[in-house]
Amino acid sequence: MTTHPAAVRSDAGASRAVLSARGLTKRFGPFLAVNNVDIDIHHGRVHALIGPNGAGKSTVFNLLTKFYTPTAGRIVLDGTDITAMDPARVARMGMVRSFQISATFGDMSLLDNVCIALQRPNHLSVQFWRPLSSLDRLRPRAMELLDRVGLADMAQRRAADLSYGRKRALEIATTLALEPRVLLLDEPLAGMGHEDVENMASLISTVARDCALLMVEHNLRVVADIGDEITVLQRGEVLARGDYATVSTDPRVREAYMGSEDGGH
Amino acid sequence: MSATRIDTAGMPARRSAAPALILLAALVAALLIAPVWIYPVFMMKLLCFALFAAAFNLLLGYTGLLSFGHAAFFGGAAYVSAHAMKVWQVTPEVAILAGIATAVVLGLVIGAIAIRRQGIYFAMITLALSQMFYFFCLQAPFTNGEDGIQGFSRGRLFGLVDLNDTMNLYYFIAAVTVLGLLAIWRIVHSPFGQILKAIRENEPRTISLGYSVQRYKLAAFVMSAALAGLAGSLKALLFQFATLTDVAWNMSGEVILMTLLGGIGTMAGPVVGAAILVGLQNFFATSGFPVTIVLGATFMICVLLFRRGVVGELAHWLESRKA
Ligand SMILES: Nc1ncnc2c1ncn2[C@@H]1O[C@H](COP(=O)(O)OP(=O)(O)OP(=O)(O)O)[C@@H](O)[C@H]1O
Ligand SMILES: [Mg+2]
Repeated sequence: MTTHPAAVRSDAGASRAVLSARGLTKRFGPFLAVNNVDIDIHHGRVHALIGPNGAGKSTVFNLLTKFYTPTAGRIVLDGTDITAMDPARVARMGMVRSFQISATFGDMSLLDNVCIALQRPNHLSVQFWRPLSSLDRLRPRAMELLDRVGLADMAQRRAADLSYGRKRALEIATTLALEPRVLLLDEPLAGMGHEDVENMASLISTVARDCALLMVEHNLRVVADIGDEITVLQRGEVLARGDYATVSTDPRVREAYMGSEDGGH
Repeated sequence: MSATRIDTAGMPARRSAAPALILLAALVAALLIAPVWIYPVFMMKLLCFALFAAAFNLLLGYTGLLSFGHAAFFGGAAYVSAHAMKVWQVTPEVAILAGIATAVVLGLVIGAIAIRRQGIYFAMITLALSQMFYFFCLQAPFTNGEDGIQGFSRGRLFGLVDLNDTMNLYYFIAAVTVLGLLAIWRIVHSPFGQILKAIRENEPRTISLGYSVQRYKLAAFVMSAALAGLAGSLKALLFQFATLTDVAWNMSGEVILMTLLGGIGTMAGPVVGAAILVGLQNFFATSGFPVTIVLGATFMICVLLFRRGVVGELAHWLESRKA
């Protein structure tokens, strides 16, 4: 009998979280930015993290990906405790993030941006003696990824010259290059035009079929549309969690969003 | 999306290596005929500093790390090479290898400590550690304190070619410098070089893609130190002495100036910067006018007028004409 690994994983994913954190806490001096947050991210689902500005969403991202060391709490990825692991190693375990402030390699072409991500899994990152042409075999895959986010026709442009929304798209292409098992996107749709938002949202929900996805997003229409599970954060604490219907009718959430169902966006 | 469209129309050509090859050919040709007009010792000094600056630029220009301690590698290698030739009486190529090995060890130690910090703190730590090395050299018996190591024969390369002959020495130093520059070119234009560039452009992003950036930085640091050591060994071979000047902080400052003057992150920049600086030093050394003032003024002009350095401004101008 042949076992299909993906099938096994999605079976297990329904019951057990791929990524889970308990009692996650972060202090900056006296300021408690994240306080005792529990979160579980499941395979094949889109988990949205929402909340007002300064609620601590990005800080939670930084804690989960180990860019910050938690003051307290425990993080488990695929059964491994990663609380004390360094961020690069966490990334190599298959948890990849994007950044709220668009993070691209500005002075490189879009193609090279994506190739940087492809180099490591293809064992082409330490060869200081080989010519750049040794990276040519990564280019078809990089072009595919750029095409997936609608940037194929500007592959040779400098990343720094892109509009904000397109930088976001490039960042997603770069992230997808690693075929992450856990994908964390910090406001992936910020700065995108109406049409791009729709395309990107559908791309995100497609991608989420094969991984566990956590995203911070202010656009509640998109959250309602593609979010399977929602956690609302306020002043560093979990205010509510559940599906969109549950969360959006929660009186405390409505109050946090000043009574408006779509958060005024 | 169709795969065929991507494979053909969407696949842009990689930038051709032709301009680099033309530049290399021109450099080699210029080096071959230069001694006809230019005093060979001046040329050799220039080459040593060009290699030193290019090695420094590997770190500043292509990895984004500003080291204020490169004199340690340059001068440390110079001392050990000089000592090897004088006391151990080895052939020059062995002395040079000993110098490089010294620079590698120093690079590993200083680099491993410094890369834990970023930006200005990185620069300050490299400065502090290289100053510690300076005081070590001041105290250590084998360096002969203020006198330095001098009065040794250059010997025969591989036991065959007599390097006390100026033209032999010139072609040897020219060849080694060109090889050193080629090595830097290769490192910069390699899969590894791409990761260094990524670190320079956005370090957190590089980490988030799974790269342990500290290791890449340390590797770049040691490579840069090794090549700076090669330059220092050549300089010791050329002038037949190694002194405290080679390890002093001024030397670290000069190499920064050369690189900024020529243009950071360009291949030709450090070479041009070294030529300008060594030229100015030579010119004013005989005039009695204080060289420090000239260097200071040069730096001011560079900061005010050519932010990108001479080569950087030129490249920018050519680019903007094309557009
Ligand atoms: N490195 C830091 N040092 C000190 N305070 C910080 C740091 N990072 C975040 N904070 C503070 O923690 C709080 C939460 O910030 P965070 O960026 O996580 O909010 P957010 O929910 O992502 O907000 P936004 O929607 O504006 O992105 C803010 O008050 C912020 O000022
Ligand atoms: Mg944020």
